[in-house]
Amino acid sequence: MEKFTTLTSRAIPLAIENVDTDQIIPARFLKATDKQGFGDNVFRDWRFDKHGNINKEFSLNNPKYSGSILVAGDNFGCGSSREHAAWALVGFGFKVIVSSFFADIFKGNALNNGLLPVQVSEGFLKILLETVEAKPETQIVVDLENQTISISNSEVSEAFDIDAYKKTCMINGYDDIDYLLSKKEQIEAFEMSR
Amino acid sequence: MGKTLFDKVWDAHVVDSVQNGPQILYIDKHLIHEVTSPQAFNELEARGIPIYRPNQIVATADHNTPTLHQDLPIKDELSRKQLEQLSENCKKNNITLYELGHKYNGIVHVIAPELGITQPGMTMVCGDSHTSTHGAFGTIAFGIGTSQVAQVFASQCLLLTKPKSLRVTVNGKLKNGVLPKDVILYIISKLGTNSGTGYFCEYAGDVFENMSMEGRMTVCNMSIEMGARGGMIAPDEITFEYVKGREFAPKRDAFDKKVAYWKTLPTDADAVFDKEYYFDAADIEPMVTYGTNPGMGIKISETIPVDNNASFKKSLEYMNFEAGESLINKPINYVFIGSCTNSRIEDFRVAASFIKGKQKADNVTAWLVPGSKQVEAQIIEEGLKAIFEDAGFELRQPGCSACLAMNDDKIPQGEYCVSTSNRNFEGRQGQGSRTILASPLVAAATAVAGKIVDVTKEIETLETVSH
Ligand code: SF4
Repeated sequence: MEKFTTLTSRAIPLAIENVDTDQIIPARFLKATDKQGFGDNVFRDWRFDKHGNINKEFSLNNPKYSGSILVAGDNFGCGSSREHAAWALVGFGFKVIVSSFFADIFKGNALNNGLLPVQVSEGFLKILLETVEAKPETQIVVDLENQTISISNSEVSEAFDIDAYKKTCMINGYDDIDYLLSKKEQIEAFEMSR
Repeated sequence: MGKTLFDKVWDAHVVDSVQNGPQILYIDKHLIHEVTSPQAFNELEARGIPIYRPNQIVATADHNTPTLHQDLPIKDELSRKQLEQLSENCKKNNITLYELGHKYNGIVHVIAPELGITQPGMTMVCGDSHTSTHGAFGTIAFGIGTSQVAQVFASQCLLLTKPKSLRVTVNGKLKNGVLPKDVILYIISKLGTNSGTGYFCEYAGDVFENMSMEGRMTVCNMSIEMGARGGMIAPDEITFEYVKGREFAPKRDAFDKKVAYWKTLPTDADAVFDKEYYFDAADIEPMVTYGTNPGMGIKISETIPVDNNASFKKSLEYMNFEAGESLINKPINYVFIGSCTNSRIEDFRVAASFIKGKQKADNVTAWLVPGSKQVEAQIIEEGLKAIFEDAGFELRQPGCSACLAMNDDKIPQGEYCVSTSNRNFEGRQGQGSRTILASPLVAAATAVAGKIVDVTKEIETLETVSH
């Protein structure tokens, strides 16, 4: 897993609530047996119509927006547990997703793939969306060490929460498998005890 | 202070706690299917890590499988490859697989309970959010991502932070024609799709106590649709009776010993939950959804609410519905009875009791897809197949089918489908498809009428439809 410390980037707004993982990556693209290529189909049915024509209105297609931060509406990533959603977002180039609320499984999947979910207050999210929509060139700074997200060259900033263990994993690029394997003896002892 | 059902099962599986961090939770049973497992197998292979406890894993093919001509090679190349890869991975790693055509094949959340693999007091996971289904047995069961599938492969454990506790109590007597699906759709319509996020939910009260195991599974199945990681119902005599004698259930003395333990699991009277909700059974009526998330549900007799929120409007626009309108008399061309929510024998019995002696409307394509080979066999044995076929319904072979449309069972662009599945997301049942979630009874009545009807009026003359 890639390490994550700080990121300064422009952001792409997605002012829609309850974005479910079926929208992030529709089921018909889940037939692959590796993790590659999902980025091409992220938000497929919002980016393209059924004939494959590009939907220019959609923010991910709008040339005025760019960057590796997605700023999304409340309850992002609900629905199916498919980790393909995280792979698709990472594949498209996102490193941070900002929302006022994340669904549980999506949040875990994101963290396991070096994609940082930053949960902010509804008020901060609103300011962020309005700022990015009005001035797409705005730089957003995400500082994982200090757990803050700020709008560059402004006073606008907010602290965010992250599990201390997961923070260490993200900063060092560790994953849970390494940790669990180091606990093999205890796991075996647990099995013996029941 | 007393412990909840969830606390008791969780605490019995904690191997260790990371300081200021998550806990290591031991997993008793790991279910896998073709879609969310291949990358986990690859990961382990690439890192040279063996599968730690292959005999605690059970695999099935369900998401991609066709529901017609299962004896023939699968036409879709990508689906075929994914299924072949599952077979190969299972063979290489000595994992039990109920592949297509096997007498135990079916949807992962239907087969594990019916084979007695799911038992009270266990921890169970699967790379599938509806793993919550198994909570009906008083099991901690939840969906995981593929990275976590790899973790369980490697260590039979997961690193998790203990969720908060939530209890939903429904007391009273359900009205005739109100099924477990209506109960859970009603709860989600009241609580919304993220009220459960961060929580594990227990369902309590006499409505659930009086419910069959099939009904309890329908309820727990949809816990994830209110954001909860899982749902649970305390095990009782109904649970023990269901588990007893099943293929992989403990036998004789071992079973009695287990029952004695299972009886200690229900929530203590003085246990405290982080959040509690109460509902009255008498307020629940047959439900339908009108939007693009499962929380957007109304009683069939109600009208679509008015809301100025942009996401709400986008949703109605997608469905081509107007705020304030009723869904009754909406013409419907597709009906799907199936999915891990409602594809057990009881669901087909309810549908058959309504359909018997009637005819499907000409405009309707109605797919009945059993959850497993065993359910399929039972449908035939109980004579339900004949009832369905006489009425013009099509009984297909088991699998996830139109629930997520990864196979050929897709609802066409713009068409409505009254579906007994669990998700009405945009395009869930095929690109541009419009899903209306409902109970098997409402689905059956829709197929007969060719439009949505107030089923409570339809069944006044019918004998009591069981819960
Ligand atoms: S039936 Fe639907 S919800 Fe259930 S496991 Fe299959 S795809 Fe998932």
